[in-house]
Amino acid sequence: MLAESGKLDRRELTRALLEDRGEMVVIAGLGAPAWDITAVGDHPLNLPLWGGMGAAAMIGLGLALAQPNRRVLVLTGDGEMLMGIGALATIAVKKPRNLSIVVQDNEHYGETGMQETATKHGVDLVAMAKGAGFPQTMFVTKPGEVPALKAAIHAGNGPFFAVAKIDATSKKLVLPPRDGAIIQARMREAILGPEAHHQL
Amino acid sequence: MDADAIDKAPDAAAAWPDQIYGLLKKHDIRQVALVPDAGHSRLIKRCLADNEIQVTTLTTEEEGIALMQGAWLGGQKAVLLMQSSGVGNCINMLSLSHIHRCPMPMLVTMRGDFGEFNPAQIPMGNATQAVLEAMGTLVKRADTPEDIAPTVDATIRLAFNTFRPTATLIGQRVIGAKTFGKD
Repeated sequence: MLAESGKLDRRELTRALLEDRGEMVVIAGLGAPAWDITAVGDHPLNLPLWGGMGAAAMIGLGLALAQPNRRVLVLTGDGEMLMGIGALATIAVKKPRNLSIVVQDNEHYGETGMQETATKHGVDLVAMAKGAGFPQTMFVTKPGEVPALKAAIHAGNGPFFAVAKIDATSKKLVLPPRDGAIIQARMREAILGPEAHHQL
Repeated sequence: MDADAIDKAPDAAAAWPDQIYGLLKKHDIRQVALVPDAGHSRLIKRCLADNEIQVTTLTTEEEGIALMQGAWLGGQKAVLLMQSSGVGNCINMLSLSHIHRCPMPMLVTMRGDFGEFNPAQIPMGNATQAVLEAMGTLVKRADTPEDIAPTVDATIRLAFNTFRPTATLIGQRVIGAKTFGKD
């Protein structure tokens, strides 16, 4: 699971987190996390975002509140999380037990030419989540810590927030469906059944 | 309401805040996202007192756009309450509605609109409708108390029946503008 840099490989981490996912819903922030969840297996319960930078965590909150008995995982990047950082306060106040946020932190804006993000310069997202009031947090750098990360995502003691430091190398582009209406409709049907399309 | 607050709340006798609450119930709205505005203060109290409505207070209005997206994915209807200044915070996030064809009704209390006292409210208040429409939102105004309930009803229906962002702008003329004894 380690890249040559000695850091976690993002695809292998994603594969490990989504293996045997059960009924868990996954929201992926735009860019590499969206490609990652698609590369390890496109799924009706995946919402790979094509836009709305900064939205991932709040989409996760809306879904977690609407479906309190279902695990919701937000998998996003450091740049995307930083853009919507206020969501940490909003989510910590609402205390959704079924919501987990995992930031795959490569300390760079990977889609735009690898410019450095604030986490490269010491900004500590885990400390920010703790400060907001997240009761459970993790900081992950080693493959041996991934089983505990996965267990925390499935535990339902959230809201849970984790940063996983990952290798910055870009991976092969694996694109999800580009029509967002299909991505939304298939998830709604997977959660709500065929009546999803007949809701008044 | 603090008599010295710079925002003005609707008169206690005004019926429209309770009418909006009734419409939220009629349309089975289960999540209300908001950044507070004095114009919505009574409606917010009604929502907070309702165990069947999840109220999420946001740090910035664009979070509410994302929250509505998540609620709809999970099978719940949501609305966003905000002041006109907050509309400016939502611009790029409104693309979520078009990407996914997600219903997103917004109820906006206007500032910088009619007899405004505060110069800082004018730029965004004057741009609110144009900005929403530039992002593909169907916008209707309500400038009399009698107009508010039917307009809000239409805004909620239009969002959930046709899968797009919609907004009612509640005019400052209805709510009134503070003058701080300078009239």
